[in-house]
Amino acid sequence: MTEQASKFHPKSNSVLYKATSTMPDTQPNLAKPAPASAPITTTSLPGSEHITLRVKDFNAWYGAFQALHNITLNIPSQRVTSLIGPSGCGKSTFLRWINRMNDLVANARAQGVMQLDKDDVLDRNFDVVELRRRVGMVFQKPNPFPKSIYENIAFGPRLHKHFHRSDLDALVEQSLRAAAIWDEVKDRLHNSALGLSGGQQQRLCIARAIAVGPEVLLMDEPCSALDPRSTASVEALIRELRQTFTIVVVTHNMQQAARVSDLTAFFFEGKLIEAGPTDGMFTNPKNKQTEDYVTGRFG
Amino acid sequence: MSGISLRAKRIVKNRAFLALCLLSTSATILILALLIASIMAQGSHFLFNSDALGAVFAHGELSQLTKIIRWDFLTNFASRFPEKAGIYAAVIGSMWVCAICALLALPLGIGTAIYLEEFAPKNRWTALIDFNIRNLAGVPSIVYGILGLTAFTRMFGLFGSDKNSALSFGPDNAWWHIQFPFGQGLLAGGLTLMLVVLPIVIISSREALRAVPSSLRQASLAIGATQWQTASKITLPAAIPSILTGAILAMSRAMGEAAPLLVLGIPVFIANTPDNLNDNFTVLPFQIFNWAGRPQESFHQLAASAIVVLLIVLICFNGVAVYLRQKLRKPLA
Repeated sequence: MTEQASKFHPKSNSVLYKATSTMPDTQPNLAKPAPASAPITTTSLPGSEHITLRVKDFNAWYGAFQALHNITLNIPSQRVTSLIGPSGCGKSTFLRWINRMNDLVANARAQGVMQLDKDDVLDRNFDVVELRRRVGMVFQKPNPFPKSIYENIAFGPRLHKHFHRSDLDALVEQSLRAAAIWDEVKDRLHNSALGLSGGQQQRLCIARAIAVGPEVLLMDEPCSALDPRSTASVEALIRELRQTFTIVVVTHNMQQAARVSDLTAFFFEGKLIEAGPTDGMFTNPKNKQTEDYVTGRFG
Repeated sequence: MSGISLRAKRIVKNRAFLALCLLSTSATILILALLIASIMAQGSHFLFNSDALGAVFAHGELSQLTKIIRWDFLTNFASRFPEKAGIYAAVIGSMWVCAICALLALPLGIGTAIYLEEFAPKNRWTALIDFNIRNLAGVPSIVYGILGLTAFTRMFGLFGSDKNSALSFGPDNAWWHIQFPFGQGLLAGGLTLMLVVLPIVIISSREALRAVPSSLRQASLAIGATQWQTASKITLPAAIPSILTGAILAMSRAMGEAAPLLVLGIPVFIANTPDNLNDNFTVLPFQIFNWAGRPQESFHQLAASAIVVLLIVLICFNGVAVYLRQKLRKPLA
């Protein structure tokens, strides 16, 4: 599985994604994937490594209510960054600005710097369709389309470019393999995706997000609607995908943050309280509020 | 002690309420059964062939089976002799008008619903549109008749009268021959009925679209689909069974309307089927209205027979709607 996941990447997959050469050249260097065994050695956030998403003095509002205050955070490539904090702390708002899903909220607005590679995410002229192709999203509740498994995966790629049947078949297989669900569904690709279990549906949704060749995967509490066993499978998948994608996970579950993430950012009341390597955040938090939260004294 | 009596009271109350509900339900069903029975009793004379009925049921002559129904009633034009009268022109006219109405009202109504539900910003302007559509759905159909009369039958007098038209397209004998104004022709009827059913189509389609979980829209948008791709490839296919159900119910409403066409002044007596879109027509409810208004008892029986046919058509429509709701509707999440 590790091999499959590391092999799969939109850039390295020359056959299928040649057409997407419009992507900026600031892609992470995939020839040298981050050593999977050494997430803890990541020293600081921001660090010296390649930064995929730069956020500086970022503020967000819903109408008159300010949901985020002066967030400054760098999210490094090919790492799992988890956003933790109590409900209403703004972590989901932050996540939903990265792919501009908040455009759908009538009174949502934001100010500040949010740069994906060299592109300004908040620029009104920036093509949000292209942004969302580059920044995939996985939701809290698995939301497969009421279509077949195959169609669920093929839907996204077909939106962006015309495929030959055989290329599309290959892409569907690769995406499903990368999401560690191929073996479970390969014999029923044309059955309804709604027949899958919750955990399988969530991995299908991850495969669907992967299929359009994103650089970043956003996950909004991806396991909160799943049972422990499915949670374990999705978490294992997240750790695998880190080798290929930059992943940002919002979670309420601090054990989960500790298990899957390399870096952790703690949000509280719309402010970024502390961010750093996950290990340090949980064992030796610098901030009193962080300590209280991660030790379960509030939240 | 008091607990027991309280419990007894509750049980009595429960039973009393159940009895009340059963009573009202059975009253409704009784009224409906009476209605159908009386119509069948009145209408049977012109619908069924009593000789053939006797032959089949008393003597078991199955060869007479197809003669039980008086097909003449369905294939004859109206007549001043009740025994010769039939509903052919009305059935054909109803089909034409409903087809025109469906072809115009469904694209317009579903398109409006998609815009309002999937694209329109939620602001005061769209709230006003929403309020208006809901009110229009409650406007009596005869009011739409007045609108149809000025807008379609006379076209505000812009193109002369329908007898002396200033503007027309196509050869007179082509089915698509159109002249302005539409007069009492099929187009005027179809467009007027479109006005009647449009609010219903819009409201039912909007409700069908709203029933599609927003998580599906978000999933689609999040992989880079545009709003149109999301609406056309995800939301609409998921909502289509419900939209069709609503559309068919709207069409059965159009099928049953007489009042707006009465205002247009469609002719009482038609002895031919329409040749083109501007040709005169009549519809089943109007034929029924007409026959029921005559003094002779025989015409009342004709009206009852036509009502039976109309009811059967409407039951078929509703049956298709129920079938679509049950069979086509897939789970969405």
